[in-house]
Amino acid sequence: MNISDIIKPENKVYAKSRLLLDREMHYCPGCSHGTVHKIIAETIDELNIQEQVIGISPVGCAVLAYDYIDIDWQEAAHGRAPALATAIKRLYPEKYVFTYQGDGDLASIGTGEIVHACNRGDNITVIFVNNAIYGMTGGQMAPTTLEGMKTATTPRGRSHISSGFPMKITEMLALLPGVVYATRQSVDTPAAERKAKKSVIKAFKSQKLKKGTSFIEIVSTCNSGWKMTPVEANTWMRENMFPVFPPGDVKDETGL
Amino acid sequence: MAEKILLKGNEAIAMAAIRCGCDGYFGYPITPQSEILETLMEKDPETDTGMIVLQAESEVAAINMLYGGAGCGKKVMTSSSSPGISLMTEGISYIAGAELPCVIVDIMRGGPGLGTIQPAQSDYFQITKGGGHGDYRTIILAPASVQEMNDFVELSFDLAFKYKTPVIILSDGVIGQMMEKVELSPVKPRWTDEEIVKLHGDWASTGKTPDRKRNIVTSLDLDPHRQEQFNLKLQEKYAEIERSEVRYESLLCEDAEYLIIAYGLSARVSQKAMELAREEGIKVGLIRPVTLFPYPYEIIEKLVPQVKGILVVEMSAGQMTEDVSLAVRRRVPLYFHGRTGGMLPSPEDVLKLLGSIENGTFESADVQGHKKIWLR
Repeated sequence: MNISDIIKPENKVYAKSRLLLDREMHYCPGCSHGTVHKIIAETIDELNIQEQVIGISPVGCAVLAYDYIDIDWQEAAHGRAPALATAIKRLYPEKYVFTYQGDGDLASIGTGEIVHACNRGDNITVIFVNNAIYGMTGGQMAPTTLEGMKTATTPRGRSHISSGFPMKITEMLALLPGVVYATRQSVDTPAAERKAKKSVIKAFKSQKLKKGTSFIEIVSTCNSGWKMTPVEANTWMRENMFPVFPPGDVKDETGL
Repeated sequence: MAEKILLKGNEAIAMAAIRCGCDGYFGYPITPQSEILETLMEKDPETDTGMIVLQAESEVAAINMLYGGAGCGKKVMTSSSSPGISLMTEGISYIAGAELPCVIVDIMRGGPGLGTIQPAQSDYFQITKGGGHGDYRTIILAPASVQEMNDFVELSFDLAFKYKTPVIILSDGVIGQMMEKVELSPVKPRWTDEEIVKLHGDWASTGKTPDRKRNIVTSLDLDPHRQEQFNLKLQEKYAEIERSEVRYESLLCEDAEYLIIAYGLSARVSQKAMELAREEGIKVGLIRPVTLFPYPYEIIEKLVPQVKGILVVEMSAGQMTEDVSLAVRRRVPLYFHGRTGGMLPSPEDVLKLLGSIENGTFESADVQGHKKIWLR
């Protein structure tokens, strides 16, 4: 058997999503963003909704998300993605609208916008990548930074006395009646990734039910910001992030 | 015969929005302009034309809703008053940077800070010279009547889409609150989604179809060379606007020996003063800038050689005098009369000042409020 016997269409078990554009990503090696992008691209392709999707990219590491997934995009000001999404969804109720936001964007500067979009129960999907740090600006403290965690702005470790506690935004938002689906996932193993993808598919599908906002937190690593290898970062995340941000559904009223 | 009804300025804005085929209004309550949101809620256009009306959680959210709506090719507008507009300036900069069309109504009140809820024109610098960050301009229309509050809504949308830029209707609490007879605009249907794709499919994010590349609405370009080229393109657009869109009203300027320059409510007051002055034999004319960007420098420059003096009347500490002085260039004396903090200029005071200019007693004139001599 030589290689041409193996490379045959009938033997193909996996391929890069056709919606994932063929270009080099700017993310650091080991970063979770690339995997989350892949999941979103696959979801949109599998649901066959490319022509109906409008994505909103944030300010932060994923500001250039529009360079990687072959759909229409809008790039929002820092934290404001849910406000854009609200208007787009109201003006095009049959389109699929999602925001892609990090922890600084969503849980710090954009708390007002995300809380009110969820409270209105806007039929949008929110992908919230929580890596407990500001990646793009060089590793400063985020609202989700763990207590004791060292960052560029908490060089002696975050103390709740000066900087408050890690904010459990998914639990907070799940309290709002406008939220139909709130879940926390991760992409650190193939199994976790498959589960996360199921959640993303459910979240997009739930837009058609018009029952409210679907919110997915992805607990992620930032090995550059955490100053670890990708493997160390995954281990550290499981040991330290999961106890504070436990994976699993917080609320699911989709019926899907 | 066209319909004519008695309306407040703010109500006229709301009615005009519905009638010109606006797709969405997003706003936050603030005095003295809340009637715009209230009237739209009362009229409930969603059941009739399908226009969306939403009370946002803040001015910050409202302007970003505008960004989202404009980014997908819809006709969207918001309104606010001075402190609320300050909160919106970040978003206006992004909208200008992403080259999106939208309409923003600013019913000015006195400042700074929380200031007063009474009318003012003290945000001239903020609105005409930028407000937000970056080298951008917005088209600015300054209505002086309730009729113009109505008329300028559709005009603003036309200009916004023609140049893909935010257009600001800059008015004040008096024109927002006062009632006048208005001839309503003809009703125009909203664009269908198919029409939006046809008209704006080359830039609007309406969902990527196989026949085109994905549309990306953004104000970001990390490459300084490309960002500079983009900025140059923006500047060329603003230059084109300056060449093509200057609007002003000229009253009795043919034989004028003195000129008043005022916009909005101050122009209404000044027009009355001009009429009183003419009864006293003082030949006064009035230039009322209708667009504040682009500014009507040329007509002022043209009139300078024929007049003995120019009086600028504003409800501010003299912000517009800077633009007037660019046109006058110290060739004739330039006088200023302004009231601030919610106080209004009166025709009697303006008349008194015109008389004092003519007999050389301007500096000692017994008139309340600011008065400056820029050149004598």
